Amino acid sequence: MARQVFAYIIHKDGVVDDTALELVAAAGKLDPDASITAVVAGAGAELDTVCNEVASSFAEIWKIDDEALAYVNAEVLRGMLVRILPKGGIVLVPYEHFGMDLAPGLSVKLDAAYLPDAVDFEGVEDGRLKAVREEYSGQVSTHVLCDISEGAVITVRPGSFKANESKSANGQVVDKTAEAMEGDLPGSARRYLEVVEAEIGDVDITKSDILVSVGRGIEDEENLEIIYELAEAMGGDVSCSRPIVDAKWLEKSRQVGTSGQTVKPKVYMALGISGTFQHLGGIKGAPFVVAVNKNPKAPIFQIADVGVVDDILDFIPKLTDRINEIKG
Amino acid sequence: MEILVCIKRVPDTSENEIEVKSDGTDIERDDLVYSVNEWDNYAVEEAIQIRDKVGGSVTVVSVGDEEAEEVLRREMAMGADKGILLSDDAFEGSDGKGIASILKAEIEKGNYDLILTGAQADDGAGQVGGILAAMLDWPYASLVNFLEIVDDNKIKVGREIAGGNQEMNEIDLPCVLSIQTGINEPRYVGIRGIRKVASLEIPVLGADDLGIAPGSVGESGAKTKRQNYFVPELGEGAEILEGSTDEIIDKLIELIKSKGGIK
Repeated sequence: MARQVFAYIIHKDGVVDDTALELVAAAGKLDPDASITAVVAGAGAELDTVCNEVASSFAEIWKIDDEALAYVNAEVLRGMLVRILPKGGIVLVPYEHFGMDLAPGLSVKLDAAYLPDAVDFEGVEDGRLKAVREEYSGQVSTHVLCDISEGAVITVRPGSFKANESKSANGQVVDKTAEAMEGDLPGSARRYLEVVEAEIGDVDITKSDILVSVGRGIEDEENLEIIYELAEAMGGDVSCSRPIVDAKWLEKSRQVGTSGQTVKPKVYMALGISGTFQHLGGIKGAPFVVAVNKNPKAPIFQIADVGVVDDILDFIPKLTDRINEIKG
Repeated sequence: MEILVCIKRVPDTSENEIEVKSDGTDIERDDLVYSVNEWDNYAVEEAIQIRDKVGGSVTVVSVGDEEAEEVLRREMAMGADKGILLSDDAFEGSDGKGIASILKAEIEKGNYDLILTGAQADDGAGQVGGILAAMLDWPYASLVNFLEIVDDNKIKVGREIAGGNQEMNEIDLPCVLSIQTGINEPRYVGIRGIRKVASLEIPVLGADDLGIAPGSVGESGAKTKRQNYFVPELGEGAEILEGSTDEIIDKLIELIKSKGGIK
């Protein structure tokens, strides 16, 4: 019998997330003969739109349609999934804020293995899946063996599998709502209240053509001055990576990354930024990326167009001076 | 409120270049600078702030070898009341579920209202909190960047979701939360603070003390095992500019200009 792989579909406002087609590719790489089922949870007309869209990519779609899922709370959904997912199945979940909430506990409740944040699969042998993970912010990779013979929940890093765009499937939607809703509503110990939207800052970095972006390498709040000076010389805006916001040195609206803003500049200066996948996830539109970092192993050099291995505290003031000199 | 914070000693990636040993069995650990996992440090700070507001105690716990004692002590210097080290040869090679099982055994001996973990670690994957909550059958919320005590039975938490937005939830106690960086500003710990707690005893508990069957955790109990380390293939990678600083700067300016990066 073909291995059963389930892919959890993230969607918002009726729009299917990019990770859906990445999971099709991931499932295919895990097992080319697998039968792949999309699992879609939500409520009403929006959910039907989502089911229709994924039907072209999955052989089968399981939907759970209930008002209780109008905003999907991982605690509620986990209890429902346990009721419908078969023992021994493989469940793929995107490794983002919802997946991180849902997946680890799901593996416990399904009595399945848990494999977090996979970036690649290299085959299954004797019931053991060989997967690739990254550690230390991407400075090193590891091969991991995961015993999937009695089922597994696997979180998959967004952007690491190339989306399968073939859309050659003609999937049937199977309504699993009744089965999922049998008994009490699970997860009532955590109640969703509201989403507080991000504050809009003084500068909208999503509209900037030139971003001078600063990370942990700046070391001290006072040193931010050299970043502002370079931004001024270049005619760009200042943005940053997460540690700078955590330290409260710049406002959240300046943060580039999956938990911050998605930017599309022409030129992106990554200064003292190591380049975690969460940060890189916020850079779109293929800008020209310049990386300056004293650590030659920093993952930012893998994606940058041009790199300088140097301490930004030494290098940036000299760069700024030279630009101002040329501009006169 | 009785609060337990699960912490971990990790190589500090902001201080180290991580290199892989030539045989791929491990990273080069000889000259590494270790510290408490950054996320865990925020979790401890949060726990201390809660205790100072509503009373109770903060316990820090770590699964690790004897070297983990130094990070427990550091967090006690920060203000945690008590440290516990869970250490046993049988724990080595545990996967996320193994670590969570060990922590669960300790938690069930206590009377905790709130368990905090870091949202992730540099050598991990943000899994222990969620696994632990499911094993305990307690509610869970990940990536918490706001926390407010409502009353003795419930708290309000904000979760960091996409695009800088925040998802607010009410959650019943006892519960498990994974804490995201930026939720607070962890206080500084100086040498003097660490000296003050140097003589405090940190109990060390092993598999027997916790009633854990040795084969159920550690390498033999792990379904997910690290096989080897390797250096990722760089793909194209950046063109690294070489030469004197002046030469590099001139080359760089020319490149940036050609891409419209100097207005």
